[in-house]
Amino acid sequence: MAAKPVCHNAQEAAPTRRGQLGARVAAYGGLPLPADLNWLWTVGAILCAILALMLLSGLTLTLAYTPDAGLAFGSVEGIERRLPAGWLLRAMHMTGASFFMLALYVHLLRGLYYRSYQPPRRAVWMSGCTLLVMVMVTAFAGYVLPWGQMSYWGADVAGKAVGALPLVGGWLEGLFLGGDAPGTPTLHRMFALHFGLAFLIVGMVVGHIACVHARGSSSPSASAVPERGMLPFHPYFTVRDMLAIVLVALAFVAVMCLWPELITEPANYRPANPLHTPADIEPEWYFLPFYGMMQAVPFKLGGLLLSGGAVAVLFAVPWLDPAHGAGRRTPALLRFGAVVVLAGSAVATACAGLHHMQGGWLLVARLGMVGYYAYFLVFLPLSGRCGQGAQV
Amino acid sequence: MMRRQFAAIGAGMLWACSAWAQPAGGPAHAPRQHWSFAGPLGSFDLSAVQRGYAVFAGSCASCHSLSQLHFSDFSGMGLSASEVVALAATWQVPDGLDAEGRLKHRTARPDDALPSPYSGPEAALAANQGVVPPDLSRILKVYPGGPDRLYGLLSGYAPQAERQKGRGFFNPYAIGHFTAMPPPLHGNEVKYADGTVPDVQAEARDVTTFLAWVSAPHQDQRRRLGVGAGLYLCFLAVLFALLNRRIWSDVRK
Repeated sequence: MAAKPVCHNAQEAAPTRRGQLGARVAAYGGLPLPADLNWLWTVGAILCAILALMLLSGLTLTLAYTPDAGLAFGSVEGIERRLPAGWLLRAMHMTGASFFMLALYVHLLRGLYYRSYQPPRRAVWMSGCTLLVMVMVTAFAGYVLPWGQMSYWGADVAGKAVGALPLVGGWLEGLFLGGDAPGTPTLHRMFALHFGLAFLIVGMVVGHIACVHARGSSSPSASAVPERGMLPFHPYFTVRDMLAIVLVALAFVAVMCLWPELITEPANYRPANPLHTPADIEPEWYFLPFYGMMQAVPFKLGGLLLSGGAVAVLFAVPWLDPAHGAGRRTPALLRFGAVVVLAGSAVATACAGLHHMQGGWLLVARLGMVGYYAYFLVFLPLSGRCGQGAQV
Repeated sequence: MMRRQFAAIGAGMLWACSAWAQPAGGPAHAPRQHWSFAGPLGSFDLSAVQRGYAVFAGSCASCHSLSQLHFSDFSGMGLSASEVVALAATWQVPDGLDAEGRLKHRTARPDDALPSPYSGPEAALAANQGVVPPDLSRILKVYPGGPDRLYGLLSGYAPQAERQKGRGFFNPYAIGHFTAMPPPLHGNEVKYADGTVPDVQAEARDVTTFLAWVSAPHQDQRRRLGVGAGLYLCFLAVLFALLNRRIWSDVRK
């Protein structure tokens, strides 16, 4: 029998810390989750995997990128043409951005459909919405960096849109562009924003996940005690998450290597030219619904407020649909139909955003906008009230 | 001799008919060609790329730049290191100013960028009747209509094309059916080392392949990686699917 150590020295501290970490890993691994979680609950893990890929490829790309209006385009060309495996790093980063936004939208729709925002998980929803805004800003800032035609004119349009805000508009536009037109100061700002926000996003994701662990996961049945009991996170859900990640990686590789034209914008391979406005300025596909909304309103400020409101309204969802457990009382078919109408409206607005806002497309964009807002401002409050009525 | 003349007249009429049949304004729809690099699994015919380089250096490079390329990039079209050095040595690049302030030149090295044919945009404007010839570094990424239209444009001039004042040269594949570019290819610009007959069609086809390679130099590697990684991931997915089934087997009722 060895005697108990009398003195706790530094050598002891390390194993304890490791022990703590081990305990935390064990606690996360053993987290009980409802057994009826479906495949839509793997999207969170997919998002984590893509985020890790974005962070690693982004950090590597930083080493060869120059945020200067005269050099940025050439440095990106150098990455693609001469940096060892640079074409692969950039392709991963570009494809990753599209896949991340797609997975994020699926994650969001899943939360809406299964009412994951209801107490006690309001904090999870709010941190998720904050993450959505942060990711959108990061994606936009990242798109400016290659300094192609769409980068330049996208920054120009965004600067003018911000400038339309009352009172602070002019100041914000100056802060964003760092001059009268996009240029080297804009690139410096966007690079700092893109780089810094990436790490803030990682911190926020840790908080988002910690929230889920503290409050417990939502589930399709939305009841406190799931019918099919609870299962530990590991190995039941880790293996399912891994399978989902591998399947998404398969689609990722297919798009990145074989059909890259699905996500690349040809106009952005032309260097930025302040003297030549492209015939069609359009953002990446994931911003098209908001871009469509912005264009569907005849005056600038209204369009800006409506497209910004389309994201802001997500923050209000827990209060727009306050009924506890009402989700189960609204027929699943109706809820599904409502989410389909919501997604369909967003897609319709996005399609309209691709075209010149005239005649038919203007009507489509406005109808899409009505459909989008109707989900949040009409369907959610009404279904909540009906649910409460049924409960009473 | 007679037969040749008839053939030439026939070809000219055929060309004229195809040009007239198109609506005015928009570029004519270029007939589809077979390209080695087309489709998700195509790969570049590197000998065509190399022949295309010869056409580019002989005909295009006097007006068009490839500003984003370095000579070392040409190793990607199947050249060895010593061949790249030899290729670079056939070019002259600007090398600062001498004591009297005159521009100096020297032979290029592999780590040099390809030089622009003009000293600056003003010189390009002055040399080309006020139109700057576009840079070709990414031409097939940004050119609407892709390789078919580029091939059509290069080989679609009338047999005896003449510049019309203020409009340029008639070409059914150009926007507005007129282009500022004089017919760049006439046949026999280059002598192909592999014995291919250098007529206009062959030259246009090869230089289009070359420019497609320049626009996406790592496309073959990318596609090979896609196939390999895809197969690996399929295998991995099957393993995880089996594992998933096995782990969940005691839960399902």
